Parts: sequence; C-alpha cells; structure tokens
Amino acid sequence: MYQLIVFLPLAAAILAGLFGRRIGDRGAQVVTCGAVGIAALLSWVALYRVGFQGQVAVVPLFTWIDSGEFEVMWQLRIDQLTAVMLVVVNTVSALVHIYSVGYMSHDTSIPRFMAYLSLFTFAMLMLVTADNFVQMYFGWEGVGLASYLLIGFWYKRPSANAAAIKAFVVNRVGDFGFALGIMAIFLVYGSVDFQTVFNATPQMAGQTFTFLSWEVDIVTTITLLLFIGACGKSAQLGLHTWLPDAMEGPTPVSALIHAATMVTAGVFMVARCSPMFEYAPFTLAVVAAVGASTAFFAATIGLVQNDIKRVIAYSTCSQLGYMFFAAGVSAYPIAIFHLFTHAFFKALLFLGAGSVIHAVGGEQDMRKMGGLWPHIKVTAVLMWIGSLALAGVPFFAGYYSKDAVLEAAFAAGSGVGDYAFTLGLGAALLTAFYSWRLLFMTFNGTPRADHHVMEHVHESPQVMLIPLYLLAAGALFAGIAFVGPMVGENWTAFWGQSILIREDLHKAMAEAHHVPLWVKLAPVVAGILGILLAWQMYIRRPDLPGALARMHDGLYKFLLNKWYFDELYDYVLVRPAMWIGRLFWKGGDQKIIDGFGPDGISAGVIGLARRAVRLQTGYLYHYAFAMLIGIFVLVTLYFYTMGH
Amino acid sequence: MLSWPYLLSTVTFLPLVGVLFILLIRGEPDVVARNTRNVALFTTIIIFLLSLVIWLQFDTSTAEFQFVEKSGWIGDGLPGAAREGFNYHMGVDGISMLFVILTTFLMPLCILASWEAIEHRVKEYMIAFLMLETLMIGVFCALDLVLFYLFFEAGLIPMFLIIGVWGGPRRIYATFKFFLYTLLGSVLMLLAILAMYFHAGTTDIPSLMQANFPSGMQKWLWLAFFASFAVKVPMWPVHTWLPDAHVEAPTAGSVILAGVLLKMGGYGFLRFSLPMFPEASVFFTPLIWTLSVVAIIYTSLVALMQEDMKKLIAYSSVAHMGFITIGTFTFTQQGIDGAILQMISHGIVSGALFLCVGVVYDRMHTREIARYGGLVNNMPRYALVFMIFTMATIGLPGTSGFVGEMTILVGAYQASSWVAALATTGVILGAAYSLWLYRRVIFGELVREDCKKMSDLNWREVAIFAPLVAAALWIGIYPKPLFDVTAVSVANLLQQHEWAIEAARTALAKP
Repeated sequence: MYQLIVFLPLAAAILAGLFGRRIGDRGAQVVTCGAVGIAALLSWVALYRVGFQGQVAVVPLFTWIDSGEFEVMWQLRIDQLTAVMLVVVNTVSALVHIYSVGYMSHDTSIPRFMAYLSLFTFAMLMLVTADNFVQMYFGWEGVGLASYLLIGFWYKRPSANAAAIKAFVVNRVGDFGFALGIMAIFLVYGSVDFQTVFNATPQMAGQTFTFLSWEVDIVTTITLLLFIGACGKSAQLGLHTWLPDAMEGPTPVSALIHAATMVTAGVFMVARCSPMFEYAPFTLAVVAAVGASTAFFAATIGLVQNDIKRVIAYSTCSQLGYMFFAAGVSAYPIAIFHLFTHAFFKALLFLGAGSVIHAVGGEQDMRKMGGLWPHIKVTAVLMWIGSLALAGVPFFAGYYSKDAVLEAAFAAGSGVGDYAFTLGLGAALLTAFYSWRLLFMTFNGTPRADHHVMEHVHESPQVMLIPLYLLAAGALFAGIAFVGPMVGENWTAFWGQSILIREDLHKAMAEAHHVPLWVKLAPVVAGILGILLAWQMYIRRPDLPGALARMHDGLYKFLLNKWYFDELYDYVLVRPAMWIGRLFWKGGDQKIIDGFGPDGISAGVIGLARRAVRLQTGYLYHYAFAMLIGIFVLVTLYFYTMGH
Repeated sequence: MLSWPYLLSTVTFLPLVGVLFILLIRGEPDVVARNTRNVALFTTIIIFLLSLVIWLQFDTSTAEFQFVEKSGWIGDGLPGAAREGFNYHMGVDGISMLFVILTTFLMPLCILASWEAIEHRVKEYMIAFLMLETLMIGVFCALDLVLFYLFFEAGLIPMFLIIGVWGGPRRIYATFKFFLYTLLGSVLMLLAILAMYFHAGTTDIPSLMQANFPSGMQKWLWLAFFASFAVKVPMWPVHTWLPDAHVEAPTAGSVILAGVLLKMGGYGFLRFSLPMFPEASVFFTPLIWTLSVVAIIYTSLVALMQEDMKKLIAYSSVAHMGFITIGTFTFTQQGIDGAILQMISHGIVSGALFLCVGVVYDRMHTREIARYGGLVNNMPRYALVFMIFTMATIGLPGTSGFVGEMTILVGAYQASSWVAALATTGVILGAAYSLWLYRRVIFGELVREDCKKMSDLNWREVAIFAPLVAAALWIGIYPKPLFDVTAVSVANLLQQHEWAIEAARTALAKP
C-alpha cells in the first residue's frame, strides 16, 4: 500500500509527461487526478492505521549508494509524522489536481502541467517517507526541481523564468547547509540512517569536533547546518526572497507547493530530527528566534503589498515562522498541527484567490479589483472562511493551532519564548489586518476594474469550486477534529516514537494547556482588533491608508520594497559574482594564464625566431665579420685558459 | 568466446580491424561515405558489446588485475643488466574497468553524432576516431609503463587531427595550445618514466607499485607525473587549453575530449601517483586541494559569464573535474569511489551536453547563446533531453551527477571540512550558470526567424540521447553495480597506501 501511495503519482507523471500527446489533455487529467486521488484515499487509511492504531512500518526497496561504510538505502519509513504529512500532501495535491482541470482549461500544455504536479507530489512523498538523510535530500531537491519547473511553467514570461531560477538557486544556498550537515553526520555517526543517528545522539551530546577551523559542539553544529537547509526551503528570514517571486507560477502551484506542502518541508525536517534538536538547546533558540522574527517581518510586508497572491505569499512566510518558533520551543506536535491546519486554509485562500483571478481575467493587482462580491459570492464566502481560519477566529481550524503555538511560546518560559510570544502576538494582529484588507479591497467598495472586465466577471466552474468546498471543510473542522489527538494532553499516544521531547527540560508542550487566561484570549483579541482596524481603514474611512502612507513615506517605501532584501542581495552577491567572473575570465584566464603561458611562450619563440632570421642577411661581409669575431673570442678564450 | 584469453586485446585492437575495412572501401564518394559510416558504427557497437562481456565476467571480489595478457615486447632485458625489457602487459582491475566501458559506450554515439555533421573527408575522420578508440582503451588497460606512455601520447595525434582538420575557424590556434600544454607535461612524465626504469629495473606497473621509491625521489617523480595529469584533467591554472579546444572541436571530438581524454588525468592519479608515490601524494595533497578548490570556484564564476555555449560547458567541466581531484586525494573509500563514479558520470553527462550543443549547432551553425531562445516551443523533445542533462550536471539527486558528487563530498568532509565546504559552494554556482544557460537557450518567446525553422530531434538524435539518458538515470538511482566494481580495488589501494605510509613513518622513527 505504501509503495502505491508513493509511486502512483510518479507513474502518472511519467505517463502524462512523456505520452501527453498520445493520451490527450483529458487523458492526462484523468491519469494524474486518478493516481493522486487514490494515493490521497490510501493516505487517510495510512493515517488511521499508523496514527490511531500505531502500526509503524518500514518498507525497504533497494540499495542506493554503497561505498565503504557510506551505505544508503531506498526505504520508506511510515510513522506517525509521515502519516500526517502523507495526508496533508496527498489530500491537498489531489484537490489541486482537480482544481487545475478547471483553472488551466485554456492553457495549451495541460499534460505538461499535470505531469509536473504529479512529479512534485512524488518528490514530496519521497521527502516525507525518507528513512535516511540522503533520501530526504533526494525529495528535498526533487521538490525544488518541480517547484522550478512549475514557477517557470509559463516559460515565455521573462519574469517567470527569473523567478524560477531564483527559487532554485536560493534553495541551493539552503541545501548547501543541509548537504554539509549530512556530511558531518556521516563523519560523526558513520551512518546516515535516521534511527541509527537518533539513537546515538544522546551519547554525542556535549561532545565537540572540528568544523572548519573551530572546535564546536557536534549536535549543535549539525542541527544548525540542517536548519540552514530548512530556512531555504521554508523561506525563513534571509532566504525568503524567492517565495514572493515564486508567485509567477500558476495559482494552483502556489496553493500546493508554496503554501501547503513544499515550504513546510523545513518544519517537517526539524520535527523529524527532534531527537537531535532536543540535544541542541542553542539551535532550538535560533530556530525560535528566526521563526518569530520571520513571522513578524513577513507580516509587516504583507500589510502593504498590492498583488493578491503576494499578500498571501507573505502570509505563508509568516505562518511558517509560527511553525518554526513552535518547534523552537520544543512543541513539535503543535508545529506540525499548525502545519496541518494551515495546509487546508492556506490552500483554500490561494485557490480562492485563483478563483478571483480567474474571474477578473488574470488580473492580480488588488488596486484594480473591488466590488466583486455581488458577482462571485461563493468565492467570497470561501475566502472569508479561509481568512477567518487564518486570523484564528474561534472554532475555525487556525484558532486551535495558532493559539496552541502562542501558548507554547509563552509556556516555554524562556527569553526566546517570550520574544516569540510577543512577536507572534503582534504578527497575529497584522495577519488579521492584511487578510481583511485583502478581502475588503477585493470584494467590497466600488469596482476599480474597467467595465469590460466587470462585465465578464463570473463564478468559477464546479470543478474548481468542489475542491474549494472540501478545503473549506478542512479549514472549518481540521482544528476541532484533530486538536485532541494531536496536541491534547495525551499527545504522546498519537505521535508515538516519531517525535522526541525531553520533557524534563522543555516544558512548553506540557505547560501549553496551563497558561493564564489572558494568554489564551490574547490571540483572539489581536485577531479581532486587526479585523476591526482593516474595517476602519478600508470600509469606513477609505482615505486613511493613502494618508498614512504619505505621512510615513519612508516606512511605507521600506515595507513596499520588502525591506530592500532583493536590492541588497543583488548589490552584495549577484553583481560582484558576475564582476569577478568576468575579471577571472578576461583578466585571469586570458591576460595572465594565457598571456604568460602558451601565448607568451609562442610569442617568445616567434620573436626569437624573427631575431634569428634577421641575422641571416645574405651579405657576405656580415658573415665574414661574424666569423672574425668568433675567431677572436675563441683565441681569447684559449689564451685565457692557458694563463690559468 | 567466453573463455577467450585475449578478450582485452581484442577489444583494444578491434577498431584497427574496422580501420582496415574502411581503407578497403572504394567507389563513388557518396557510397564511400555511407559505407564508411556504417563500418565505423558496426565496429564500435561490436566493441561495446564485447566490453560488456568483460564487465559480466569481471570478478568483483578481488583487487587483482584480470584478463591479464603478458608477453615480451621490446628487449628481453639488456644482456648482463639487472633490468627487464618492456612487455606487452594488459589487464584491468576495479579502477580501470569502468573507464573501458565508458569509452566503448561513448564511441558508437560519437559516430552517430558525426553522421551528418561531417561531410568531407569522412573516411579519414572515421579512421582517426577508430584509432583514437584503440589508443584510449589501451591507456586504461596497459600494465606496462612504456606501453601506457605510448597509448597515452599517441592518443594526442588523432585528437590533434580531429580538431585541426574538422574543427572550427580558430582550430589551428586551439590545436597548438592543446599541443603545447600536453607536450610540456608529457616530456616531464617521460623523464620520470626513465628515472623509474633505471631505479627499479622494470616498467611493469604492478611491480612498480611495490617498488618503494625513496621519499625524496618520490616527490620529483610525483611532480613530473602531476605535470602531465594536471594538464589532462585539467586543473587550474593549466586549464585554458580546454575551452579553446572544445570550442573548435567538432561535436564528437568534444564528447570524446570531455568524456574520455580528461578522465585519463584522473585515472593517472589513481593508477600511478597514489600507489607508486604514496608519501609524495600525502605531501602534495594540500596543493591538490587548493588547486581544486580554486578551480571549482574560479571556473564556476567564469562559466557564469560565458557567451558561448561550448565554452560554458567546458568551464563547467573544469569545475567538475575539481571535485574529482579532491575526491582522489582524500584517501578515503568514499572519496575515491566517488571520484571514479563522478568521472563516469561526467563522461556521460558532459558528453551529452556537448551533444546537446551539437544538435543546435548543426541547425544554426553558431554557439552564441544570445542567438537562441524559446526553443522549447518548437523543439520540446530537445528541451526535455537538455533539461535532464542540465539537472544531472548540477547534481540533482536521482541523476548520476549527484551520486558521484555526494560520495566525493562525504569523503572530502572526512579529510577536511574546509575543503568540503568550499567545494560545496560550487554546487550553488553550478546551479546558477547551468540554469541560466538553459533559460537563455530554451525558454522565452520564440522570436528569431531562423530559430523558428529549427526542427526537433530526429530519430538518429533520439537514438544518441536515449542511451545517455538511461545511463544517467540508472547510475543516479541504482549505482550499486558500479560501486561493486570499484569497491575491492579501491579498498586494496587504500590498504596498500596505509601500509606504505606506516612503513615510511617507522623508517623515519628509527635513528
């Protein structure tokens, strides 16, 4: 069964990708939707078996790399953590596949799109079922490839191509850390298998080894390296710049890859490696600090963006920050729980945004929307549900998970926990604000699109709406249904051995249920405040935002330009790399190496030959004179040696 | 057949039989050209199949040389002297076997790639290629130093001709540069070979491995061999012949150059430097690491700025070969296994990338990146193939590039985390220049009229790429058969190396 879950999407991808022309658009859609749909149903069965009956499984396939002690197997590991991820990945993926049938119906290369989606699904499944670090790396890079292909799907657009390359290369920067982490793991543990490494970690704690030129703590260093990888994939502060640009891809892609699944891989990795992170308190603090900072930082940018997808993208970035700081305070189950609920409501929001974009003929700028509510009521209601869940309004999915995240941060009782709690609370306010800003700008007020567009505004077809209904059901009930088993008092029964928390040291998980009442209420209050603020600024006094932006022009520009990260990187990294490249080429290779090497030598030989040629003038008296000099030298030499 | 004792010689010299047949072809120029191509193709295919027999019969449980043939060749030892003569001594072990397969695998594809691209002097062209095949296989099978040197140097001649006769506009400059560099290295290696012969009294490679040269002498010999191999690999800063040679060479010439000739350098380090000069190898390891790391970063940055497709791939080759030299000099099982695997992988992948350039060059007769764009619109099959090899060259897991690179880096990390970390930056830069190349050629709007006229891969081209794609993915997913071949020989090499170093240490410790 587990083989089917993982390899059905691969088979579908190959079939649709290579034989797309033969089986036609419809054929490709049927094959891929069917395969991923079956995988999704089986995933729920797997969740039931593993999560609720505790039947953990390891499915060996065959040997991959075998060099001395460096042995890597292809092997599927199905434990509770994997099972939850299987459900998230396959469910959202199946719904996105179906949605794409409608959304991409006017596209000219449907089989290619469906094949990429299924390929992505396969890679993501390999990532979450990995049983060792190298196989995880396979999935990790595989989803990167699929993401690259899908962001650049509309290859005629230069911006899409640029975004695709950026996504891949920035991710590679993160992977650099991940790869070094794997190498260090092999050096220290002599193995890359999860189980072996995790079992040996307690003995490694506190020991040091030489990394580069410094003597450092083993577990802390390795986990920090792994976390760099996680930052790349999950778009955390510093390595986040690719995610907003990734919105160049078709909207279903944004929903699946850049909201629900791939970007959460970093969180999954931290949870998967909890037996290591638990022995690296410093790394945990870094994780929490980076997560909290990202949560707040991305939310500030989200406030002023005008592209509907970019707002949601920054929101994703921010929510990933929540997941990280939950993991950073050792509340891994809560992090995964938030990942789980977030997948539903964020996919819903993205696909809803796609429905809006579909309705207004491809426009993404919210300044050219407005007043859409009477025309696309179903989409609007669905977007409201998604936003309510995102803002953490009671009884929606996000309420349970976000509250739990903040409670855990508070309960951690550490400095970094308080930092995360404060920023998280601030971000909650901002989140609610920008979510309703989005809703109000899109659906309320007077239409700002021209009348041609407004005449054609239409509700999406059923094939797009049905997936939205199902996701909406997830946004409504995923929290209330799973809050008990996943993060309730008895969370260990659900997660089994898949997550390790040293509860004697890290109390966040246990204490999260016993925080003061104001802590429990604060996120809800923050959310409602944010909504009211948005209402004040975009419904009651629509002149306010403009006035505010003018008043704080510097701050506004700073946020609008995303804290100038792109400009900074361009200035510090990209341009110098190109400048140095040209210098090495023209200066190093051509002037110095060739100039003194082959070209210099050949030029020297030619010069010498020219001079030799000049000696042969053909005049007899030149030769006679040369002979005379020669004789003179010889005779002198003869007498000279005689004298000694 | 299966117990035929001269299998290795048969594989080595069968191309010459093909040459003989080609020489006999007479008739109309068209007919001659066609028959020549067919003869060359069939010969190389038969050789490939025969070489597979070698692999099937290869015993992976021993580090001994197999399929050994030995007979007297030049001089039976001078009368009264304590020196042996030079022997015709052939054999393969786990280190060399895969290179033979790589050579025979690439050859038929090269012949196919030259099918339409080479129109004049077809006969001479095919003869040069077949001779080259003999010499290349010979390099990897020779177990006598003089025999090795003969194959190693003679291989330059057909390559020199291939670039010089069938090459691009600046072919003369390129061939001279190529020749100048390699000559310098070769002369020094020849001197070293003479010194070794006079010291050890034999040119037999397995005997020389046991010769224990004094450590001072080792260093000189090592440097002399290094001069030759470093040019071949090529290592920074003696790499500048490679971009020029690649740019001017015909497509198939580039494939062989990148696929096989560069590997002779890496193979040389494994066959000679490490086992024969163990102390010197350890002594010079920092040098190799430095040059390799510089090569990786430097040439990756240079590749980023190239405007010529072939030059870009040539520079990326230098960077990839940097990984291989690092792996070789880690003295770890992973490093050396990885280096061998990466050489095989690079042979396949960079060869395929040069073929990819060849496909568009045959249609447009330019390699300038800016002249292309949007090819995915009218050449979807080509776009797919090019994508697969682009991913393989940047080491995406699941392709052969990853397996080699990762294994090398794992080995390198054990030797030095600095080297591993710096080398890994090449992985980031590699992604940047490869994807950027791909984007400029394949993606975008199809605007140029001449690009619009280009047709997708024809059946001949599909037949060339299909085996390469299969090989790159197979090695990426299930490389175990290859690791099985190298495992024991590499382990043995390391064991011998360790003993040698141990012995040298105890010798030093004694007063």
